[in-house]
Amino acid sequence: MLDFVQQLVSGIALGCVYGLIALGFVLIYKATEVVNFAQGDLMMLGGFFAFTFIGMLGLNYWLGFAGAVIAMAAFGMLAERVVVRPILGYPQFSIIMATIGLGYFLRSVVGMIWGTDDFKIETPFSDGVLRIGSLVLAYDKLSVIAATIILCALLYLFFNRTTLGTAMRASSENMLAAYYMGIPVKRVVSIVWAIAAAVATAAGVLLAPITFIHSNVGLVLGLKAFPAAVLGGFGSIPGAVVGGVLIGVIESMAGFYLPQGWKDVAPYIVLLVVLLLKPEGLFGIHMRKKV
Amino acid sequence: MRFLFKTDYEDDIRLFPHSGYIVSYGILLAFLAVAPFVLSSYLVSQLVFVCIYATVGVGLMILTGFTGQASLGHAAFLAIGAYTAAYLQQYNVPFPVYFLAGGLLTGVVGALVGFPALRLTGIYLVIATISFAFIVEEVLARWESVTHGNEGMRVKTLSLFGQAVPQNGPAFYFLCLGVLILTIIGTLNLLRSPTGRAFVAIRDSETAARSMGVNVSLYKVKSFAISAAITGLAGVLFAHKLSFISPEMFTLQLSIEFIIVILIGGTFSLHGAVLGAIFLVMIDPFLTYLKDDLPVIIAGIAATFGADSITAGKIHGNVAAIASANGLKGAIYGVIIVLFVLFEPLGLYGRWLKIKLFFQLFPLYKRATFKRQKIYVKSERNR
Repeated sequence: MLDFVQQLVSGIALGCVYGLIALGFVLIYKATEVVNFAQGDLMMLGGFFAFTFIGMLGLNYWLGFAGAVIAMAAFGMLAERVVVRPILGYPQFSIIMATIGLGYFLRSVVGMIWGTDDFKIETPFSDGVLRIGSLVLAYDKLSVIAATIILCALLYLFFNRTTLGTAMRASSENMLAAYYMGIPVKRVVSIVWAIAAAVATAAGVLLAPITFIHSNVGLVLGLKAFPAAVLGGFGSIPGAVVGGVLIGVIESMAGFYLPQGWKDVAPYIVLLVVLLLKPEGLFGIHMRKKV
Repeated sequence: MRFLFKTDYEDDIRLFPHSGYIVSYGILLAFLAVAPFVLSSYLVSQLVFVCIYATVGVGLMILTGFTGQASLGHAAFLAIGAYTAAYLQQYNVPFPVYFLAGGLLTGVVGALVGFPALRLTGIYLVIATISFAFIVEEVLARWESVTHGNEGMRVKTLSLFGQAVPQNGPAFYFLCLGVLILTIIGTLNLLRSPTGRAFVAIRDSETAARSMGVNVSLYKVKSFAISAAITGLAGVLFAHKLSFISPEMFTLQLSIEFIIVILIGGTFSLHGAVLGAIFLVMIDPFLTYLKDDLPVIIAGIAATFGADSITAGKIHGNVAAIASANGLKGAIYGVIIVLFVLFEPLGLYGRWLKIKLFFQLFPLYKRATFKRQKIYVKSERNR
């Protein structure tokens, strides 16, 4: 039983990371109908920025964290301006390919600049554990869970309560109509990319104590975050986090109770089953074309 | 400019619309026939890879280019073909039998993947095919009694009618070329048949296709099966070319490479698959060449423009350092993909058509001829 709870908590912590990356997918998808395959790589780059600020320049952890988030928000805007804006409105597949290309580029440039070793960021909650009875919970995992809940709530409120959030949803529904209604669609898209990159950075920095950062971490985790986003129904912010947690728990349970090898495929098997039975995901809305 | 006067449907669907096609393809074929005897063995080996990648590209083109179903899981189909060959070869099954068996088995698997894919479109389909590829990769690594797991499998030299066909000789090149040409001709014939027309109709609008009486589900599964089968055939050749296969060869990276093949070539014509394969395979020798010669060239240019020998030496060193940096290939891949998507969405074949039209219509060519329509409304994107 204790093992089960332990596995559950570490699964949830892992799942929250997937959820945070999936949040980035969902944000961009919600506002622009673009699926960003480079989201994991943005996370990786954010982690490296934070490493540079904290580990190499010796800044305070929170200062470095904030610096990395701001720098990555700017980078997200830049990436949107250069890669995505010229092809907005073209078939989804082209945009997917462009973001795959962006991911390739980021991975190899990071590999060239920082090298291909593993890096670790020292955090205030790196060591230290919370003991509840005989249950041992590491602070770094709890910090991920807490940050995910806070970020998810903030983003949910942002999208559903603020004018800018409404503008984002409107421009996703119909860019032209949104533009005619006075919404600065280009700026909206640019802000969405900035937010997504910032969320990715938060994920990267929180992740750094758990799995070290290296140039391929984005690809590995990004591909796990996809099932999370799909499970939650690609357009839903709470869905992304719930999906992420489900995937994380499934993965850690499969690693513990099933023979070796199941750990890596279990999320994908679940994903295929979900897609078969409920293609729009758990929280998604099914779209149909009217003829 | 040549005007083709078509009077009936037979004229319209001809494989060679006019005699010029026969001449140019004849010249190309003649060049390909003498290639292994004049080119270096390294280039011939690259040409074999071009043939294999182009075959996969044709298979993927049927699915992605003509039926509009994206797939990032074709490395898995290639793997199934390759492993079928390696497994059956252990029992001394002759090449023609396991070649066809590889294609058949992969086709069946493709159809099985096609069924779940029926309800999926766009991004969901992409993710489902990625998942499928991951599962296949893991199965190959774990099913040790058949696949030998991560140790991989040796593939013996191909023997055809009692003759050994070494993977570096000209005979193997001709075999791959023959398979490619037959695949292309078969696909061209498929595309002008009712099945091919149905594929294109589904790509352009599923709703419209269905309302015209096309059985969308049936044709999607067919498209998956045919595409997978062709990729499986290429997989058999791939296994023989490498003479060793292991699960880590068939990763997402390879699937992305196949997509790059058709993306760079141009996703609307079979020419694209071949051009893209040439581009993707030849980029490696080109990068090696860059690494060796670019520093010298740039330093030479600097020297001609009056830089003294120390500065030229510095430039030489810097360029050499950049050119031999680790992972440069990945960055170049990334930049190439982005540039093609942004500036040449119709790919290399599209560029060729534009150049051709420019000279045919000179001086009346308009850029807008090839402009794509942008869709800004969500509901329009649900086809």
